[in-house]
Amino acid sequence: MKIAFLSMEHLNKTYSGGKVAVDDFSLEIEKGEFVCLIGTSGSGKTTTMRMINRMLQQTSGTIKLNGKDISELDPVKLRRKIGYVIQNIGLMPHMTIRQNITIVPKLLKWPQKKMDERAKEMIKLVELPEEFLDRYPSELSGGQQQRIGVVRALAADQDLILMDEPYGALDPITRESLQDLIKDLQTRLGKTVVFVTHDMDEALSLATKIVVMDDGKIMQVASPDEILRHPANEFVENLIGKDRLIQARPSITTVGQVMLTNAASITPDKLLKEALKTMHDRRVDSLLVTDDANYLKGYIDIEDIDYNFQTATSVGDVMHDDVFYVQSDSLVRDTVERILKRGFKNVPVVDSEHRLVGIVTRAALVDIVYDALWGDDDKSESKADSSQQGGAAQ
Amino acid sequence: MAHMNLWEQLIYYYAHNGSYVLAQFNRHFLISVYGVLIAAIVGIPIGIYIAHHSKLSGVVIGIANVIQTIPSLAMLSIIMIGLGLGVNTVIVTVFLYSLLPIIKNTDTGMRNVDPSLLDAGTGMGMTKTQLLRLVEIPLSLSVIMAGLRNAVVLAIGITAIGTFVGAGGLGDIIIRGTNATNGSAIILAGALPTALMAIILDAVLGWVEKKVDPTA
Repeated sequence: MKIAFLSMEHLNKTYSGGKVAVDDFSLEIEKGEFVCLIGTSGSGKTTTMRMINRMLQQTSGTIKLNGKDISELDPVKLRRKIGYVIQNIGLMPHMTIRQNITIVPKLLKWPQKKMDERAKEMIKLVELPEEFLDRYPSELSGGQQQRIGVVRALAADQDLILMDEPYGALDPITRESLQDLIKDLQTRLGKTVVFVTHDMDEALSLATKIVVMDDGKIMQVASPDEILRHPANEFVENLIGKDRLIQARPSITTVGQVMLTNAASITPDKLLKEALKTMHDRRVDSLLVTDDANYLKGYIDIEDIDYNFQTATSVGDVMHDDVFYVQSDSLVRDTVERILKRGFKNVPVVDSEHRLVGIVTRAALVDIVYDALWGDDDKSESKADSSQQGGAAQ
Repeated sequence: MAHMNLWEQLIYYYAHNGSYVLAQFNRHFLISVYGVLIAAIVGIPIGIYIAHHSKLSGVVIGIANVIQTIPSLAMLSIIMIGLGLGVNTVIVTVFLYSLLPIIKNTDTGMRNVDPSLLDAGTGMGMTKTQLLRLVEIPLSLSVIMAGLRNAVVLAIGITAIGTFVGAGGLGDIIIRGTNATNGSAIILAGALPTALMAIILDAVLGWVEKKVDPTA
């Protein structure tokens, strides 16, 4: 059996006084993963993270790093192997940036020359000028300070980095550039990151695996895509937020979810007369042609019937077999453009065995675009009206 | 002498007793400094300890506060009962009075260190001793220095009354003046250097305090 890089088994943390902070938490983390622990305050996410470098001691359960139980390791040595970035940055105000970056190397008694080289390397990594090495933290802006905070956690070649809401105190623009930075560093250097946040956007954009926590328990562990597509329960849904779910819909919705299932269809052996009657009853101007097993064969529209009514008798004689169709499990995101570009009024949807399962109409696409732009709630009606008219005018 | 005004008398006194005044100045300075130094050696570790054990903090500071409220003359006399006349009694008194500002400032300085720095330090793998040496003490040094500065000024004042138990120092000159008829000049000859010593030491330590302040 393969040993996980970091595995947590049945962790519990109960504070004196009986408050349960973490309740039966189990998780395996592979090397190179970017794991976001997300939840409301008091959900136990920080507590869980702090147990990994033994800043807190679990009440029960085991944590294994590279297969070794960390409770058997010297906490000081363990922490020197794990990068640690906190919300308040925590740069030492009485040390220069150089000294700050090389705190852990110094604790590990690296030779001075190696530390100097590393400091230079590190400051280049976060795109700050080398002159900064001799400045003090108070001479740097908050964003620059946290950049140093991040490389300080990398300076001694730590493989695992713990980050506790590191960007919580920064303005949105600075936060975004730091998110790009850590994501880039993480993938480039192959680090494993455990990142605590309460910001869903942050988690969705950074994580390869999101762990949603509430009240000390795991609600869901999944990739960002998966969590948007299938929130495990109402709590996760609320945490993601209605707006985000709607915005994410075009990118993660499958055709199957938006298609109409009552597509008007007919078999090839039917007479044109019958086809015309079906059209009339269903009030449509075209029909999809399927065989008895519901396999999509082609389509027929009112012009074909009108033109061939005298000469042909069965639907099979006049149908077009060059029908454009989409798979029901393909993403709307990928298909919507193709549908619109080709100018079809509607497109049949088939399953993996080429059986007709539904139809996507232009009206359904309008709904998706509309939802993505305005949301499906009570946002200004006049806007909604004008967009519909605009759509109709095309 | 009567034909000279006060300042002329003072200058005359210094001219004739210069080496004596200097010797007493020296003695006064050393008594004060020894007392404060011993208090620092004892008080700073106590301050560090109680900063980490907040339950003890109230008790220890309370005791130091009680010591501070005893009038210095009374304290001198009480200690004299045990240690007899002489320099040692004054040094012990200075030591006791210096404890409060030193312990209190050490405690405050240590507590005022940003907890997130301690969190960061521990999280990076510093041992308790390293945390103390690399983070806590450097960051509280200026507050500790302020305590020492207070203690030194206090000590110079207390040493001045040490003359009553025969310890010598500039207090000797002041008492000589109060005992003499028309001794104003002699009083000044003792009092001025005492004040000067306090002012200079205060200024020097104030400068050091600023120097070690990491936030400046």
